[in-house]
Order: sequence, then C-alpha cells, then structure tokens
Amino acid sequence: MAKLPKPEELFDSIDWTPPETDWMDTPVEFQPGRWCYPAKKKVVEDLGFPNPREWSPADEDWKIPSNWREIVLEGMKERLEKYRSFKLFMDICVRCGACADKCHYFLGSGDPKNMPVLRAELMRSIYKGEFTLPGKIFGRLAGARKLTEEVIKEWFYYYYQCSECRRCSVFCPYGIDTCEVTMMGRELLHLLGININWILEPVRNCVYIGNHLGLQPHTVKENIEYLCWDIEEVTGLKIQPSFNRKGAEILFVAPSGDYFADPGIYTFMGYLVLFEYLGLDYTLSTYASEGGNFGLFTSHEMMQKINAKIYHEAERLGVKFIIGGECGHMWRVKHQYMDTVNGPAPSNLEVPKSPITGTVFEHAKSTKMIHICEFTADLIAHGKLELDPSRNDKYVVTFHDSCNPSRGMGFFEEPRFILKHVCNNFYDMPENTIREKTFCCGSGSGLNTDEFMDMRMRGGLPRANAVEYVHKKHGVNMLACICAIDRAALSTLMQYWVPEVGVCGVHELVANALVFPDEKTGKKKRTLDLRQQPLKPEDEENV
Amino acid sequence: MGAVFALITVVAFVLVVYLGVGVAGLHFLFGVIIPYVAFFTFLIGMIYRVIEWARSPVPFRIVTTCGQQKSLSWVKRNPLESPYNNFEVALRMFLEVVFFRSLFRNLKAEIKGRNLIYGSYKWLWLFAILFHYSFFIILLRHFRFFAYPVPKVIDGLNQLDAFLHIGLPHFYITDALILAGLTFLFVRRLADPKLRYISLASDYLPLFMIYGLVISGILMRHFFKVDVVGVKELTMSLVHFSPKVPQGIGTIFFIHLFFISALMAYFPFSKLVHMLGVFLSPTRNLANNSRAKRHINPWNQPAKFKTYCEWQEIFYEQLVESGQPIDEDCPQVKERKKAEGAE
Repeated sequence: MAKLPKPEELFDSIDWTPPETDWMDTPVEFQPGRWCYPAKKKVVEDLGFPNPREWSPADEDWKIPSNWREIVLEGMKERLEKYRSFKLFMDICVRCGACADKCHYFLGSGDPKNMPVLRAELMRSIYKGEFTLPGKIFGRLAGARKLTEEVIKEWFYYYYQCSECRRCSVFCPYGIDTCEVTMMGRELLHLLGININWILEPVRNCVYIGNHLGLQPHTVKENIEYLCWDIEEVTGLKIQPSFNRKGAEILFVAPSGDYFADPGIYTFMGYLVLFEYLGLDYTLSTYASEGGNFGLFTSHEMMQKINAKIYHEAERLGVKFIIGGECGHMWRVKHQYMDTVNGPAPSNLEVPKSPITGTVFEHAKSTKMIHICEFTADLIAHGKLELDPSRNDKYVVTFHDSCNPSRGMGFFEEPRFILKHVCNNFYDMPENTIREKTFCCGSGSGLNTDEFMDMRMRGGLPRANAVEYVHKKHGVNMLACICAIDRAALSTLMQYWVPEVGVCGVHELVANALVFPDEKTGKKKRTLDLRQQPLKPEDEENV
Repeated sequence: MGAVFALITVVAFVLVVYLGVGVAGLHFLFGVIIPYVAFFTFLIGMIYRVIEWARSPVPFRIVTTCGQQKSLSWVKRNPLESPYNNFEVALRMFLEVVFFRSLFRNLKAEIKGRNLIYGSYKWLWLFAILFHYSFFIILLRHFRFFAYPVPKVIDGLNQLDAFLHIGLPHFYITDALILAGLTFLFVRRLADPKLRYISLASDYLPLFMIYGLVISGILMRHFFKVDVVGVKELTMSLVHFSPKVPQGIGTIFFIHLFFISALMAYFPFSKLVHMLGVFLSPTRNLANNSRAKRHINPWNQPAKFKTYCEWQEIFYEQLVESGQPIDEDCPQVKERKKAEGAE
C-alpha cells in the first residue's frame, strides 16, 4: 500500500493542465494507490469466470489468453448489438467538454484520462478503429486507434477509476452516460480474466453464502442479536426480530454492511428501533441477507443473479411487500433493474401499503418494493411518530445525496424531510454539490479498498471540500447519508479531510429522536444515543 | 495538429473547386453530380444510422434523473427532470433538443486557495444556441432557392433576418451570429488546455467546413456577386431532377456549393449525427417510472441462482443450531427426513 500524502500536500499537488504529449501517445502509468488488486484465482474459479490465474497489474505480462483480440472484439460487437446506450454513446459525442470538469476523479487527480469524455474516448477510439469505416481509413485523424495490449491495461486502470456515479451524464447535452461505457469496459475485461478482488470476492460470497461479507446464517443472526443488546442498553427495549419467518407482512432487506460495521450498525439499529416502535409485522432473511449488489459492478448477468434471491425469498415467505434499507447502488438495482431482470414480482406480493398510515405506494406498484425513507417520511407526514429532535441537538447535520438514489431515482426530498423532523440543525451543502449534482464519496462502484486510497481521497475531495464548507460556515459535525458504501467510505474520507465531521445513516438519527410511550410518560429516560454516547454534551443535563 | 489538418483540408477544397470549375470547367460535375451524390449520401446515411441505432434494443430503463421522483403524494416532484409518463418525457426532450437544457446546467470548476468552487458557466450554452439557431435560420432562408414561388414565410424570414438594413443587399444578422458562434466554438478548443487535449481533427473539420460555407456565402452575396437568376435556375433544375447548369455563375458559388456538399456527405459518418442521436438517448427519452411499470428487455434470460432450498441444504446445521426455521416444504428436507427415517 502506498503512503498517503498529507491532505494539504495532496490538495496542492492537483493540476488540471494536461501533459504536452497527445493522449494516444501517453502510455498508462500505474501509480501507487490508484489501482486495485486483481481477483484471487480461487474467486475467479468459483464464479466460473474465464482465465483464473495468479497475476498482478504491476507485472509486464498479464497472462491474458493468446486470442484476446478476438475475444474483446467479439465481446464489443455483441454488446453494441445488445445495448443501444453503448452504440449510441460511441457515435454521438462531439467532445464539447462540458463533462470534463464534472468528474470527481478528474477534479482530485487532474489526470486527463479521468475526464469523462476521454475515459469514454479510450473505448470510442477502439470502436472507431475496429468497427467503423471512417476510423479504419482515417485512423488518428478520426480519433481511431487499434486494439493493443496497452489499451487493455489502460482500460483496466481507468474503468476502475470510475465510480459509475453518472454525474457527467447530468451535464452532457446528449445524456451520454459514462457509467454505461465503464460497465461495458469492465464486462469486456472480465472476458480476459481481468478483474479486481474487492468486487469479485463479495460477489462470490453473495452468490454462495448470501451476502457480500460472507457471513453465514448463524453469524448474521448473532450480529443482529448483538445489535439488539446494544439497543437494550440504550432504550431498555428487548427487541427480537424474526428471521426467515413465513407469513410476515413485510420482508426487510438491508445492505450487509449495515449489520456488520461501524457506523452502519447504528443505522441498522435505527431500523430495528423504528420497526419495534411501530410493532411492524416484518421479517429479516438470512438467505436474502444482502440488499447491495456488487454484481452491478461486474456484469448485468451477475447483477441479475444476485438480485434474484430477493423476489425468490419474498415468494417463499409469502410476504406482501418488501422494504429496502438505506443503500445507494442497491437502490439503483431495485429501482431501475429489478423488475426488468427478475420480474414480474411474485404473485403473493401486493402493491405496498403502509400498515400504519394506509398510504398506498402507487409508484412502486410493479416492483412491490419501497425505500425505507419513503416509508418513514410517510409516517412522519401522517404524524405517526412521536419525535424529539432535540435529542440530536449535539449534531449539526448535513446530507450527502448518494449518487445512485440521486441520479438513478430522483430521491432528494424524502430523506431531507425526515432529517428536518428528527434534528433541529440541518444545513445543505452548496447547491452545485448536492442533489442531482452531488459528488461521489470517491469509493463507489466497488472501489472502497485500501490499496486504492490515494485515488479515493482525491476522488472524495470535491465531496469533502463541500462538507468542510458547511463545517466552517455552520459548524456541521455530522454527515448523514443513505448508502452503506458511503457510511464506510465517507468515514475514512472525513478522517482525512475534515476529521471533525462524523458519518451516520438517516435512521440512526430517527431512532435517537423516537420517543417511546414509556419515555413520554417519564417512566423511562433516554440518556444515551445509539452509539452509547450521552445524548447531550456533558455540561448540559440529559433530560 | 488536428486544427492544422482540418485547415489544410478546407483550403484543399477551395483549390479543388477553383481548379475544377474555374480552370477545367467541370461545371456539371461540381454543379450537379457532387451535390446529388452528397445529398443522397446524407439522406440515406442518416436513415441508415437511425435504423442501426434502433436495431440495438434498450434493455434497461437507465434514466438520468435530475429532479425529484414521483413518490408520496405530498412530495413536490419535478416532471421535467424526472418525467413519470411519456407526455412528460416529451416535454423533457423538447427542452433538451430545443433549448439545450443540459448544457444550460453547465458549471465551471475552479480552485481558489484550498477550496473547490463551481460557478455557473453558460457561455458554451449561449454560443451553441447562437450557432445552431443561426444555422437553422440560414438553412430555412435558403429555401427561396428551392421553391417557386417563394413561400411567404421564407420571404418574411429573409426580411426579418435583414431588418437592420445594412449594406446592399442587406446584411443578414444570422451571418454575423453564426460567425460569432463558430469562432467561440473554435477558439475555446484552442484556448482551454483541457479542450485542446481532447479535440480531434474530426472536431475541427466540421467547424472549418461550416466556416468555409458561411464565408463563401457572405462573399458571394456582398463581394463577388454571382448571377442569382442563374443560381436559381440551377437549384430549381436540381429540385426537378432535370439538372442544367446555366453559363456564367461565378466560381465562388461552386465553392459554396461544394462546402455544403462536403458537409452533407460527411454528416452521417461523423459526430454530426448527434443531430438525430440526441432523440434516442436512453438517459433522457425514458420515463422514470420503472417501479410502477415493468420495462421489458428483449434478450432477458431467467436468472440462474442458488434457490433457498439449495442454500438451506448447505447451511442446514447452522440454521438448526442458531434456531432459525427450516423450510419443511423443500424437497431436500423431505428427502433428508426420509433418509433419517430409513436409518
């Protein structure tokens, strides 16, 4: 692992001026901290992916099959025929450059091949050179080049320096979405056995065990029971969630990070406290124990395979609808892909209807799956939750719009509505860094691995810089988000850039603010938050 | 480098016409054959491109949402940036195609001290609008050469465009605006190091061809006057497919005609296809309603995955020991029971 420079040094090293040499003449240089370790041989084997072997991107020889050119070109041809997005985006870019300074990895690194236009051009040049007549005739003049092993290495480096956040596609006058190009790039690399372990191992775990972390069913249950003990410490509630229970009304699915690691666990505790408050008839599943989907970062087929168990389990348990936890890419899958790849929803599922408020979630009438923030916002709007926002008074909160719910769903108001009801101090970051223009945490799409730290801190800089702004201006000390990768990645990012700011999920703050009947009557008194810290600063009395 | 190549190409175009028409007298080639070939290349080429795009399906509903989704009834949603039905999609596309909505969002990132700042930056939008609309109006104006009698609308447009009444014949405003647009689009490619880095010869070439087209047009109208009656005779004969090149039209006209021919022929093979491609862009032309309405992927195959029952077999012991329910309906459990019974 490369040594990370000091934050100030890193900031001052940023230079957006491109080098003198033309990009086609600038060979890819594998800088430390900017690439991820390859997938282990065993993992590749288990998944039945091609060309399992021991290798390293640092090696000269990547041990790719001798007919690699045919494989890649055949793969490209197939995908050009299967995806209009891919074909169209290869054809219509005018290189206007509107996207150039929209990518967080470019802003943080200044590497010109991180400009979305050029990242796509790495692929487009091959498309032109190998598939189009003008490209074959005019070559470089038309922006075309031939496929070489150098290109493959370049693809690996830069398609794993894109977090598929889609910020560029907001600004593109033709809606060109680099995410689609990156997805194709990664799929093509898989055909040669080029992949990264941080994505493939979770995928393997998810396929064979049930979740990214590879927690077996008894461990999942144990982990959650530990969280219940912690909840009891704080609230005095004895919560016993059910697992794999047939006949429950609702199946609740969360990203596995939420019941595994700090600070996600507090979000998970938040869900449980809320459900307990409501007396909700729900069950958790140790089989469908992963809401997230690293298959999305692998291939469309793998995404489909991993997501299939959600409907399968919902059918087996006979639930009426599904609620999904706070997770970014999970919700891109649930919102934009699930119905298409795994639908139609099993017949036992009904249009989601809140058992508390009676609200029918018409917008999810086909998938039968709603976001927990939609569920909770509806509860609050109907006055079904007794909330004491002052319990979160030690926090000055801002909200990080996660890329996928933002640009893949249009999910902006629901979490803000909740936050404004569960805490008294809420400030948004500057307008051009939130909502559809939000910046990635720098570690999305399966890149939140330690060996990638230099690029993570650089890519996360635009986000961190905006947090720093509200930290200085309003004293913001808590960054709320609705994404499990964010909760892990932003914690590291904040430690590096703005160490005064913590990270939490929205439902952690909900549970802190939630006043149980016994607490209202004064029979019980809450003095701790879910992190078992005093609710109020020590000089104030905890009431 | 790319700019130099594009410049040389365009200069070569002028020379070719000068030699071909002015010296060798190949009027029919430059006045009839090349324009016809170019026009049909454009027409057939563009149709072919659209058919090619349309042949690839849209497997997923990958809308880029730039506004609040439709969810709870009291949440104010944004129908233009997150359309929920096809009518709203049409509105979004209208804004996109007619007003360049996404380009209007443009920001410029800057480093000030240790802060990243993103200011509004609408110059590209403004000059892109100027360029495209001027081009469009100029194109419409030219219909006076292709219709007899000239429709009133086109006449009106001409007068409107020349309402400043400068010079004789009157100078068209759009001629100035398109030159301003072109110049901005060209200069920014050279002035901004990032733009210069990504620009290819095929980015400069269309700019220069259009420069050539516009400048030759202006020269012809105001400086090297040509026989307009002869020009109209030629254009009408092209329209009626009975081509005839009258004597005495100046070479500058043929240069103009060659530039538009070159542009038309180049169109379907270049980035200029964005003109039609924008309509097909799946991040913009779909409704964000994928949880309410199932989107069909024509090549979707059923997923192969480990079913619950298969999974339960693997983790049977752990499930039992940790007190999680065993699904007795699984055939594997029935077999297990049978085997236990047999022992």
